[in-house]
Amino acid sequence: MIPAAALISIFLVYPIIRCGYLSTFDWNGMGPAEDFIGMGNFLDLFTDKVFLKAIGNSFMIVALSLSIQLPLAMVLALMVGRKIRGRGFYRTIFFLPYVLSETITAIMWRILYNPEAHRGFINAVFQAFGWETQAWLGNTNLVLFSIFMVLTWKYIGFHMLLYITGIQNIPRDVEEAALIDGVTKRQMVTHITLPLIMGTVRTSVYLSVLGSLQVFAIVWIMTKGGPVNASEILSTYMYRFSFVRFQLGYGAAIAIIMLIIALIFSITYRSFVSRTERVA
Amino acid sequence: MLDNSVIKRTRSKERIMTVLKYFLLILAVILIIVPIVIIVFGGLKTRGEFYAIPYVPPIPPRWQNIIEILTLKSFWIMMRNSLVVTLSTTFLVVVVSSMSAFVFSRMVFKGKAAIFQFFTLGLMFPATVAILPIFLIVRQIGLQNNLIGVILVLTTFQISMSTVILRNFFMDIPSELQDASCIDGCNTFGFFRRILLPLARPSLAAVAALAVVNTWNDLLVALVLLDREKLWTLQLGTMQFQGQYGQDLSLVSAFLILAAVPAVIFYVFAQRNIVSGLTAGSIK
Repeated sequence: MIPAAALISIFLVYPIIRCGYLSTFDWNGMGPAEDFIGMGNFLDLFTDKVFLKAIGNSFMIVALSLSIQLPLAMVLALMVGRKIRGRGFYRTIFFLPYVLSETITAIMWRILYNPEAHRGFINAVFQAFGWETQAWLGNTNLVLFSIFMVLTWKYIGFHMLLYITGIQNIPRDVEEAALIDGVTKRQMVTHITLPLIMGTVRTSVYLSVLGSLQVFAIVWIMTKGGPVNASEILSTYMYRFSFVRFQLGYGAAIAIIMLIIALIFSITYRSFVSRTERVA
Repeated sequence: MLDNSVIKRTRSKERIMTVLKYFLLILAVILIIVPIVIIVFGGLKTRGEFYAIPYVPPIPPRWQNIIEILTLKSFWIMMRNSLVVTLSTTFLVVVVSSMSAFVFSRMVFKGKAAIFQFFTLGLMFPATVAILPIFLIVRQIGLQNNLIGVILVLTTFQISMSTVILRNFFMDIPSELQDASCIDGCNTFGFFRRILLPLARPSLAAVAALAVVNTWNDLLVALVLLDREKLWTLQLGTMQFQGQYGQDLSLVSAFLILAAVPAVIFYVFAQRNIVSGLTAGSIK
C-alpha cells in the first residue's frame, strides 16, 4: 500500500498542487518560474474568446453525449436485453470500437470523412443517395458534430454494456411477478426496468461526463481543434499552450480550470448519490 | 374473454415490433462495422486501386502495403515498446492495487476512511487533466524520454479504479476463512498470498485485462513524455505515421490494420475479463 500511496502522491497530488502554483506565473518552462502575475492568467483566460469557445465546446460534447448518446445506448440495450437470439454477437460487435484505440479511431474517421467522395466513404454514401456532400471536418458549423458522431461510434457500446449488465441484474422474479400482474411491455420498461437500473444509469452519466471532459486524442488527431478553433476543447487548448506554444503558466491555468470543473462535478455527483441513497 | 380479433391485432402488432427491433439492431450493427470494413478494404489495395475503386472488396487482396509496414524496423520497435509498457504497467497495477485493496478490506486502522478517499482521487482526476504538471514532475526527476516514466504515470492513474474493484471483491470473501487459516497457523500475509489471491483470480484477471486495454491505448502520456523516436509506443507511432504519410491513404489504412491487430486479438481472448472489469468498476 505504501508504494501505491507514494505513486499517488508523486504523480497525482504533488503535480496538481504544483500546477496551481505555476498557474500564477508567466512562465515558458525554461529556468525557474519568476514572473509572478497572481491571478493574471485567469483574468486573461476569461477574456480569451478561444478559451471561452473551448469551454463551450467541451460542455457541448457533454450535453450531446447525455442527450443523444446515452439514450441511444439505452434503446439498444433494451432491445438486446435479456432474451434475444445472438445476444453475444451483438454485444461483441457494439463493444468492438471501444477496444480500438482513440488514435486508430481518429485516423480511421479522418479517412472516412475525406471531403472528396472518391476518397471519403461518408461522402460517397451521401452522393449515392443524391445528397449534397459535406466538408465534415472543414466546415466550422459541422466539425464538432462530426467529432461527436465518432465519439458516439466509439463509446456507445460501452454504455450499452453497462445497461445490459444492469438489466441482467434485475431479479427475474420481479419481472415474472409483473407479468403475472398483467403489465404491458411498455409498462414493464417504464415502471420496472428503468427504475431498477437507475443506479447504473447514474454511473454511466458520471463516466460519460468525466470521459467527455478528457477527450483528447480523437480531436487532436482529427482536427487539432480547427478549423479556426471551431472544434477546440479544453484538453486540446491546454495541450496547445503547454506543449506547442510553451506558455506553461497559461497552460497550467487552463488545467486548473479543468480540475475545478471535474471536482465540482464529482462532488455534486457524490452528494447527489448519497442523498438519493438515503431516500431509497 | 378476449375475442379473436383483439388477439390477432396484438399478435400482428407484436410481430411488427419484432421486425422493427431487428431492423434497428441490424442497422446499428452495419453502422458500427462498415467503417472498419472500408478501412480494411482500403489497406488491402494498391494506392492506385484505392483511388480508382475505393469501396469494393479487395479481390485479389494486395499485400504490398502490409508487407511494406511489416518490414519497417520502426514498426517492430514500437510494437516492442508498447508491449514493454503494457506488460509492466499491468503487472504493477495488479500487484500494487491488490495489496492496497487487501489492506482496505481486511485491516482496521485509524484514518482508514480518509486514506481510502485519498486513493480514490484518481477516479476524479483523469490523466488528461493533470498531464501538464505530470510532465513537469517527470522532467524534474529525469524520467523524460524513458519508458519507466510512462509506466509509472500510467500505473498511478489506474490504481484508484483497480483498488476499488478489488476491495469490493475482497470484502465479499467471508472473514471466517481468514479466521480458519489463522488457526491453521497462517499469518496475514500468508492468508493474502495463499488463500485470498487464488480465490480472487477472476477479479484479478478482470483488473489486469482492463489495465492492458487502457495502457495499450494510451496516447497522451506517451506523446508528452517521449520524443525520441526509438521509444515511441504503437499509438504514438501510428499518429506520427499518419502525419508523415497522410496522403497515401491505402498505406495509412494498412498501418491501422496492423496496429489494431494486437488489440483485436486480445479482445477476442479476453472479452469476458474486460467486460467484467468494466462493469465491476462501474456498477458499484
